[in-house]
Amino acid sequence: MLFLKQPPRFLFFTGKGGVGKTSIACATAIQLAESGKRVLLVSTDPASNVGQVFGINIGNHITAVPAVPNLAALEIDPQAAAQGYRDRIVGPVRGILPDDVVKGIEEQLSGACTTEIAAFDEFTALLIDSPVTYNYDHIIFDTAPTGHTIRLLQLPGAWSGFLEKGKGNASCLGPLAGLEKQREQYEAAVDALADGKRTRLILVARAQQSTLREVARTHEELAGIGLKQQHLVINGILPKIEAETDPLAAAIYQREQAALNAIPEVLKQLPQDLVALKAFDLFGLDTLRQLLTDTPYQQHGTNESAITVDKPSLSQLVDSIVADGHGLVMTMGKGGVGKTTVAAAVAVELANRGLPVHLTTSDPAAHLSDTLNGTLDNLTVSRIDPHEETERYRQHVLDTKGAKLDAHGRALLEEDLRSPCTEEIAVFQAFSRIIREAGKKFVVMDTAPTGHTLLLLDATGAYHREVARQMDKAHLQFTTPMMQLQDPKQTKILIVTLAEKTPVLEAANLQLDLRRAGIEPWAWVINNSVAATTTTSSLLHQRALNELVEINSVAKVYSKHYAVVPMLKDEPIGVQRLLDLAAG
Amino acid sequence: MTKTIQVFDPAMCCSSGVCGTEVDQQLVNFSADADWARNNGALIERFNLAQQPMDFANNKVVRDFLERSGQEALPLILVDGEFALAGRYPNRIELARWAGIATVIEVQPVTGCCSGGKCC
Repeated sequence: MLFLKQPPRFLFFTGKGGVGKTSIACATAIQLAESGKRVLLVSTDPASNVGQVFGINIGNHITAVPAVPNLAALEIDPQAAAQGYRDRIVGPVRGILPDDVVKGIEEQLSGACTTEIAAFDEFTALLIDSPVTYNYDHIIFDTAPTGHTIRLLQLPGAWSGFLEKGKGNASCLGPLAGLEKQREQYEAAVDALADGKRTRLILVARAQQSTLREVARTHEELAGIGLKQQHLVINGILPKIEAETDPLAAAIYQREQAALNAIPEVLKQLPQDLVALKAFDLFGLDTLRQLLTDTPYQQHGTNESAITVDKPSLSQLVDSIVADGHGLVMTMGKGGVGKTTVAAAVAVELANRGLPVHLTTSDPAAHLSDTLNGTLDNLTVSRIDPHEETERYRQHVLDTKGAKLDAHGRALLEEDLRSPCTEEIAVFQAFSRIIREAGKKFVVMDTAPTGHTLLLLDATGAYHREVARQMDKAHLQFTTPMMQLQDPKQTKILIVTLAEKTPVLEAANLQLDLRRAGIEPWAWVINNSVAATTTTSSLLHQRALNELVEINSVAKVYSKHYAVVPMLKDEPIGVQRLLDLAAG
Repeated sequence: MTKTIQVFDPAMCCSSGVCGTEVDQQLVNFSADADWARNNGALIERFNLAQQPMDFANNKVVRDFLERSGQEALPLILVDGEFALAGRYPNRIELARWAGIATVIEVQPVTGCCSGGKCC
């Protein structure tokens, strides 16, 4: 493995949920510790199972791992960190300021920004020279801050305005306001990140085209702000030998090899390692030791899983959507879980039953409009391009609100409009335009703001509702987008996830987020499931058994309605394949 | 001695106002005006209710104002700790007066029959 050669002091693994960052970080920690280095492994994964991996309780303090001499570990729970952060800000004014004020403040501090910055705040002490870090030759992190967080911490003007005087004059530094650490400490942490001699960033991906495209963006973003020392690890590649016996495995093998051949240009220059798919969840030292070696896959004797769980098809789920004759259907979930595919399959299924459907997608490849437009009488397809929408919105604000500003003021506004919130707002506006159609037909969307964003954006909605209530009750024609989303008759939200531990947990967090905004997701869709296929590959069969645990928890804990969508041999493009996908 | 202008903003994501469904023209203008005044030597502090609630709770004038008029009545502007303006943001001329910045308007000689430009 190239990424293990002459490792610097700090190793960061980054990649979206479910690619195997934690497993690879654990395996790396074991390998370095067993070579005689003193290693600290730090997890900020919300679904951290580092403790489980080593069979001990870790939690929020540095704990020695008895089974591996020289290794200690620490788990930072980002949600708990964010809660601690909120408590620091809100706690002292509870009971002093009015309750509704306090509640509003808490909501403002419930976004992804806050969580991320709070987690960074917790581990920043580990990036500087201190009596704690002095004990370790290597510190390994199973997550890395995003470009957005680092940029926030880099803004020099922001710091001088914010932390020296403690007065907020820089805009959009919201979550930094209540941070505990000193400015010098953040500067030192950011310096350490940008120093190639001290820090190596390892991008972890799967051999999928969309994932690799996303990793290419992360690579460029982080390289752009100084993290230039990067490696690429592609995890979970199906071994060729599996492809010889089973048609599904053969198709997956070919698709993965094609994705590897078509790897984005910018990633080609990075040192690259490939890690083969293993049949088991990576628990226990022995399996982890094997992860980074080239030992060929060996079939293990297993106990057949006793779990039996229903796997209803997407088509069955659509049965209960059609009753109302019209409405909004939205797929939500993390990037890469297949929101676009599920949305397209639902739309095609509805249209195939003779119902009028408008499918709108933010899929950048736009292959949907190419393959679906005009193929079904009742189906129209349109596209929201987040970048275009953001650019248009930014220009619109500058032209209208910025029209009377002098050059200096205009530059200030332009800088403010670079905030990541701008994209959310721009997309939300495009989104609001389209959902009005849902009163007459079905509108299926693969993009939606999170519950937190909706709550923040609903400030006007709440106000309008109040006005409407005070005015003539007969005039309640008036609905805001928020009201429409909260009404299960009008809006059905499908949470899309994969049958793996981290993606399921991320989906559960999304559900909580939506519930806070008064929106109850209508169903969960588990996409790309091996358990819903009839594979004979022994390796895939083992994966299927692991999936059943997750499918079971979705069925029992998270949602009344759910569907399981099988992994298909072919990319689900075109009407027939989408119908096959829905049929299960 | 330069006077300190304190601006108590309502709860919001960022003080520039770009983070709402509708960008608030008042906030955009005030951001630019405050920046101008600072560059001319004014001392301006902004407190966001969502981020620095302690500064609201610890200041008796502000706390009483919130209890009396509610958060809907924000922003509140204090100059050297005393009530100066509420319910809207100050403009450039008001900022200049509080901070003692000589503006084009103020240096214009007053002509006419009465002072202060309020003509009879």
